[in-house]
Amino acid sequence: MIQFDNVNKRYPGGHEALSGVSFHIQSGEMAFLTGHSGAGKSSLLKLIALIERSSRGQVFIDGQNLSRLKSRHIPYLRRKIGIVFQSHSLLLDRTVFDNVALPLIIAGYHPSEVGRRVRAALDKVGLLNRDKAYPITLSGGEQQRVGIARAVVNRPPLLLADEPTGNLDPELSKEIMGLFEEFNRVGVSVLIATHDHDLISRLDHRLLTLSGGRLTHDGRTTELAVSA
Amino acid sequence: MKRSARKSRTRPIKPEARGKSQKPRGRINAYFTHHLWVLVSSLGQLWRTPLSTLMTAAVIGIALALPAGLHVLLSNVQQLSSGWEGSAQVSLFIKQDVSEKHIQSLANTLRDWDGVTEVHYISREQALAEFRELSGFGDALDSLTENPLPAVLVLQPTLAQAEPASMSRLLERLRQLDAVDQAQLDMEWVRRLNGIIDVGKRSALLLGTLLALAILLVVGNTIRLTIYARREEIIITKLIGATNAFIRRPFLYTGFWYGLMGAVTAWLLVSGFLGLLRTPVSQLSFLYDSQFRLGGLDFITSLFLLLSGVLLGLAGSWLAVGRHLQAIEPT
Ligand SMILES: Nc1ncnc2c1ncn2[C@@H]1O[C@H](COP(=O)(O)OP(=O)(O)OP(=O)(O)O)[C@@H](O)[C@H]1O
Ligand SMILES: [Mg+2]
Repeated sequence: MIQFDNVNKRYPGGHEALSGVSFHIQSGEMAFLTGHSGAGKSSLLKLIALIERSSRGQVFIDGQNLSRLKSRHIPYLRRKIGIVFQSHSLLLDRTVFDNVALPLIIAGYHPSEVGRRVRAALDKVGLLNRDKAYPITLSGGEQQRVGIARAVVNRPPLLLADEPTGNLDPELSKEIMGLFEEFNRVGVSVLIATHDHDLISRLDHRLLTLSGGRLTHDGRTTELAVSA
Repeated sequence: MKRSARKSRTRPIKPEARGKSQKPRGRINAYFTHHLWVLVSSLGQLWRTPLSTLMTAAVIGIALALPAGLHVLLSNVQQLSSGWEGSAQVSLFIKQDVSEKHIQSLANTLRDWDGVTEVHYISREQALAEFRELSGFGDALDSLTENPLPAVLVLQPTLAQAEPASMSRLLERLRQLDAVDQAQLDMEWVRRLNGIIDVGKRSALLLGTLLALAILLVVGNTIRLTIYARREEIIITKLIGATNAFIRRPFLYTGFWYGLMGAVTAWLLVSGFLGLLRTPVSQLSFLYDSQFRLGGLDFITSLFLLLSGVLLGLAGSWLAVGRHLQAIEPT
């Protein structure tokens, strides 16, 4: 599903955020990405969603070589990827329902289909009764769940999340991770950047560790519990 | 990703990002529903900031009303002067060797012509007498052995003949008559007035072009500000997979609404002004013993006004969107 071949990312300032990164995440796999602040986690996710392009090396998503993808095809790539952002990135002047419906409207779904799918997604994250609320009236955890509902509403085969539990309490964080695992169980590939070692050490998934832009370790989250 | 590895896995959740599973008709329906929704919601957006919307519409309205009003006034003057053209006369100078009897019968024939209401015969003798009286060259004329003046038939064309084109066609027909030496239309001053009207119309066109440019800039700038105010939203929608066309759409419709509102404002302004002028113009034309009534905005002009407003609004927003949307990318 995600394949990196010796990928480098150098930002215009000359800073090399990623160097020589290679890995392969299978379709249907769930993996975590960890590393110190500035290690390059966000940069790596941005390469996948083509928010940034690699300076060297190649990135394949679902067999598609991203360095060959023309700009006008980027929207269609992004529709295959559900992205959960670090900050919530909800449209504050639209209701929860409208926020979650946006990916479907963008993809040109029929209104009746939109309603059905939005309700299903909201139900999944336990916010079915808040569909008419505005994002500001929701708690941080609820907003994050709206973001997740929006990311999965058009059933993308790949789900990316950048610090999805960044500012949530441990209880809520566990709940959110549980949601991601649920989506993974129905076949969605999931890649989550986080530095919440406590949380992920209790799960059993693949773990990629970045340090100074290099992939320094490729193992399991369970190893964290041992080393801790 | 190795092909074999991918094939061996069945994906319980199919990627449906492009809605491939939907029937084509459903997609087309959804497309129009979406356009309609954007059309209405962009109006809703404008409604939420009524003051700035009204001001923009007013600026566009005034800019459109100026050339449109000028055009309507000039058309009225033209209407008026073409009425005068109808009162113009055609003088037919008859060849010297044509007999009096022949001229009389020619006069009778001409009275039956379509574009002619009246024919007045001035014989050579009458012409001479008239000339003698008016010029004061009596003595000089006495020394002439022969009357140098031709007989004249004065024609009064019908009102329908007032159009320059049909008028010149009538003149052409008259010139081809054997007995006629010259056919002369006595309307130099009407020609001059028409020339002045033409200059006026050309000025209105130039003014219109300039103001159209101003409208493009006003709409473009307004849309540019809206784009920057909604920067966050644009970035988020791009990240969720919106195409540029999708993001452009609400701004284009906003431009459309500005143009339409501006055009309606212009229509109301021009109609209002003409309404205010109508009574004094009627009084004036009464003093001149005329039936003239100030004409308003006709259907074609109104349609043209509406279309140019809408097109300018669309073009202005298109320019702004083309220049500023591309620059907003997620980072
Ligand atoms: N747009 C940019 N321009 C220049 N340098 C950047 C840019 N984005 C990130 N960087 C640099 O690249 C490096 C990696 O940044 P990145 O955001 O990927 O780290 P991270 O692992 O996500 O960190 P954090 O855990 O703090 O979010 C950092 O040193 C950062 O300063
Ligand atoms: Mg980061």
